[in-house]
Amino acid sequence: MSDSHHQESFWRKYIFSTDHKIIGIQYGITALLFMFLGFTLMMVMRWQLAFPDQAVPVIGGLIKWLAELNGFASDGNLPADLYNVFGAMHGTIMIFLGVVPLVVGAFGNYIVPLQIGAPDMAFPKLNMSSYWVYFIGGVIMFASFFLPGGAANSGWTSYPPLADIATTGQTYWLVGMVFLITSSLLGSVNIIVTIVQLRAEGLTWMRLPFFVWSQLVTSFLLLLAFPPLEAAGIFQLMDRVFGTSFFLPSGLVVGGEALNVSGGGSPLLWQHLFWFLAHPEVYVLILPGMGVVGEILANNTRKPLYGYKSLVYSAIFLGFMSFVVWAHHMFLTGMGQGMSVFFQTTTMIISVPSVIILSCFMLSLWGGSIRFNSPMLFALGWIPMFGIGGLTGLPLGLSTPDIHLHDTYYVIGHFHYVVAPGTIFAIFAGIYYWFPKMTGKKLDETLGKLHFYSSFIFMNGIFMPMFIQGMAGVSRRLADGGQAYAHAQDVLVYNEVMSWSAWLLAVAQIPFIINIFRTMMAEREASPDPNPWQATTIEWTDTTSPPLGHGNFEKAPVVHRGPYEYSVPEAKSDYSPQTQS
Amino acid sequence: MEIPYNVEVREDTGVYNSKLGIWLFLASEVMLFGGLFSAFILLRTGAPVWPPIGVNGSILPLLEHTIPHATFNTIVLIASSVTMVMAWVALKTKDLGKFKIYLGSTILCAIIFLVVKYFEYTHKIHEGFVPAHDTFMAIYFTITGLHGLHIIGGIIVLAYFFGPGIKMWDTEPERFTNRIEIVGLYWHFVDLVWIFLFPSLYLLN
Repeated sequence: MSDSHHQESFWRKYIFSTDHKIIGIQYGITALLFMFLGFTLMMVMRWQLAFPDQAVPVIGGLIKWLAELNGFASDGNLPADLYNVFGAMHGTIMIFLGVVPLVVGAFGNYIVPLQIGAPDMAFPKLNMSSYWVYFIGGVIMFASFFLPGGAANSGWTSYPPLADIATTGQTYWLVGMVFLITSSLLGSVNIIVTIVQLRAEGLTWMRLPFFVWSQLVTSFLLLLAFPPLEAAGIFQLMDRVFGTSFFLPSGLVVGGEALNVSGGGSPLLWQHLFWFLAHPEVYVLILPGMGVVGEILANNTRKPLYGYKSLVYSAIFLGFMSFVVWAHHMFLTGMGQGMSVFFQTTTMIISVPSVIILSCFMLSLWGGSIRFNSPMLFALGWIPMFGIGGLTGLPLGLSTPDIHLHDTYYVIGHFHYVVAPGTIFAIFAGIYYWFPKMTGKKLDETLGKLHFYSSFIFMNGIFMPMFIQGMAGVSRRLADGGQAYAHAQDVLVYNEVMSWSAWLLAVAQIPFIINIFRTMMAEREASPDPNPWQATTIEWTDTTSPPLGHGNFEKAPVVHRGPYEYSVPEAKSDYSPQTQS
Repeated sequence: MEIPYNVEVREDTGVYNSKLGIWLFLASEVMLFGGLFSAFILLRTGAPVWPPIGVNGSILPLLEHTIPHATFNTIVLIASSVTMVMAWVALKTKDLGKFKIYLGSTILCAIIFLVVKYFEYTHKIHEGFVPAHDTFMAIYFTITGLHGLHIIGGIIVLAYFFGPGIKMWDTEPERFTNRIEIVGLYWHFVDLVWIFLFPSLYLLN
């Protein structure tokens, strides 16, 4: 580059950067902070569930202040209205401000261009704006906590009519979502164009690392599934701001009085539009995680991923199918048996590619000489966690058992196994794996293992009892955790188990935080090993650690082989880099 | 390393970067308007009478009265699409003068469309047919309003290429031609949305 010696100002270099690596890190830090916020909300809610109406320890004063600001009475306990706010915002923050920006914004941005040998994303300025649009969306969501009536409180699903008549926080939620959706759209266009157009010479489709494939499918899901939610969000905004009745049926009575609207709308319309996004969204959360796990498994078993092509085709098929399963979230809405039968059939079909992916990962372990380092432990932990999450989903996908299980803690347990230990273990695995690439310094193994084993135990401590409570019939979204239910009394004891697990899970993150800061502050070696894991993919073999500023590569890489050529017979070493001729 | 295929076409994919980008963007736009249209269908099939009768009666007489305006607007938008292509062709034949005339007429058509739309809107609102009147008015204002926002966005981009953006022609003529092709694709899409809106909202009642 002609202007590579030109000194950039601090603002240009770190804040309004167009370099995909800086933007990836910006996404990563922002999303991790939001995840911490979402987790904190949950820890307070778990206090309320274990010890209803008692003052929250440590941050009771803060809760009291917030509750009174929102106009709720509180003696330092979590009032039911604020519990609703926390519940809705925990979901919203974790999904739209935490996990998606992490797996797509951070990992996708940082890793994809490096893995395909590209100098940057295809549209660097667009990339910068998608981060800042995301940031604005996050600020709007955060600001809504301080409104009278609090932030959105109709659940992360925002079902009308309730959401249509909720407090101002819901309007902020909708406006915030429009920003987040726009950001995702810009980001996904960028990722798809980058993968299609900027692949290095020789990097054919079937030589792409599985992680890149997972990002490609994910981006298509974001691109095509988000706009209907944007449409739904606009409708709900119209309902709330201009008094229309898209989601308000005729003759609606609120608080004993007929609502002064024209009526004629359909609450089911929202659910259809919402789940048309929100089901593919599940795969948006999990597919990049699968990609990360695939990379790490191949690297640490020192053998190729089992069934690479089946994995790729399964991921694509999964992407397609995820658009035709949405109404399995709506079996109990009375939409009709024909609809239920159709959607339970497609739901059973979509489990096939998921099982293929999981089986391929397990078969990849067979006969490998496995290295049990921190990224590998998280990747190995991911396999049964995602397995439990997937298998417990089958009864929910069939309309008959769903009658019993719908809206109980069983559902909460099921989807958290997929997106909490599932996605988040993959995120941790990815952080441990690529941290040396980003900084040139490896994270400490002892702290990493401590982090893994403690997180693994407490994750299960939180979510396993949910299945028991759910099958006993405890409904979700109860501010007292089922105290008032006669049939729930036998399983209430688990509330404390789950709550203690949640708080201990927070403690289990301390080694991780210490590890990150200690490693960041440590002195970097003069010329750090660019490939500490002896990996084959381009980001390890052809760049320095951390990679060069703008441009990534000294000269354009040329690819000669597939992504996972480990332990090739008669090769010089047990790994043959993709760029080795 | 510089980002490749910004201007030139990549051989195995057959496109340059921003052309693929705009097609993907348009795919998401199809899903956006698809969501809006499916809501229209669902509300319409669920309603006992269409358009529903509200406190101010039915919109139908007023709507039939505005069909000529909407027809005129349809013609204006199609014309703007034609001049948009001509503007791109003018650049391909390296005739900047012609390009300016055609791009200018495209912008003019877009503004005429908005002016007609403005009078339609105010007339309806004046007669009490606000979005909250009934679900037809709600979907009418939402979809045409979003379409109008797309027109306004298009005008801003076109005006940029008519004004300060044109300087790129002197330094990178090929890249500028590509840009016009891309904004043209967007413009045709906006036109196409109207082609669907016009019969569904005005004629099929």
